[in-house]
Amino acid sequence: MQAASSIGTSLDFYLFVSFALFTIGAIGAMTRKNMIVLLMCIELMLNAVNLMLVTFSTYYNNGDAQIFVFFTMVVAAAEATVGLSIIIMAYRNLKSIDIDMYNKLKN
Amino acid sequence: MSLQIISIILGSLTLAAALMVVLSKHPVRSVIYLVVTFFLITSMYIMMNAQFLAVVNMIVYAGAIMVLFLFVLMLLNLNKEMEPVTAKGSQLAAFIAGGSLFLVLITALKDTLILGQSYRENHSQIGLVKELGNLLFSKYIVAFELTSILFIAAMVGAILLAKRENQIIE
Repeated sequence: MQAASSIGTSLDFYLFVSFALFTIGAIGAMTRKNMIVLLMCIELMLNAVNLMLVTFSTYYNNGDAQIFVFFTMVVAAAEATVGLSIIIMAYRNLKSIDIDMYNKLKN
Repeated sequence: MSLQIISIILGSLTLAAALMVVLSKHPVRSVIYLVVTFFLITSMYIMMNAQFLAVVNMIVYAGAIMVLFLFVLMLLNLNKEMEPVTAKGSQLAAFIAGGSLFLVLITALKDTLILGQSYRENHSQIGLVKELGNLLFSKYIVAFELTSILFIAAMVGAILLAKRENQIIE
């Protein structure tokens, strides 16, 4: 491991931030019961992966990963619209955004 | 030296804002902290010279998606009493599981080859709009066109789902 003086500008610092962001998103997805906050935690995890892809893309000097990040953002936008409209529809029927209420979807 | 300090400050601010997304009780505050997180991630893209992604991240995430979240939150008109609470036991279990995940990831990071490599030495030009545009409209043109189909499907689905039932029948 290199000396601590280079910790800010080295790529592994960005990897560390990305891992920590992913962990925070995962913990949020496990603890929160508000459906909208859950979707936001998923967005956080997607962004952590994006950050990691950009880090490796910078290291290998390869643009393919950044194109992949672009497509990830497109899919995330589509996912957010559909997910939020599903939440609106479920809220109209159940009058709640607690995920424990959504087990009625089973039947 | 100053660049390192800026990097460390930006990284710790990002993690703090992300923690506040999870910890704050009010959903609107969560959205605002998420916007802050996305802005800080954008600044990291700029530090790594990924200019195109920095701009797209700011416009799409901080601009469009977060406004959508905020609109839905205001539309549902939630108040604080409706905020569901999690049991303490499952909260503790989630923190232990997340901590173990983080530990595994960090252990994997310990042996990576890129440890200590400075991105400033690379002088990477790959994140510029010109390079990515060449790549996007030659190698990935089919995938790029397919995303438009995905967007139309998402749009139709969102309109159909969010409509009221009696409006669909008539």
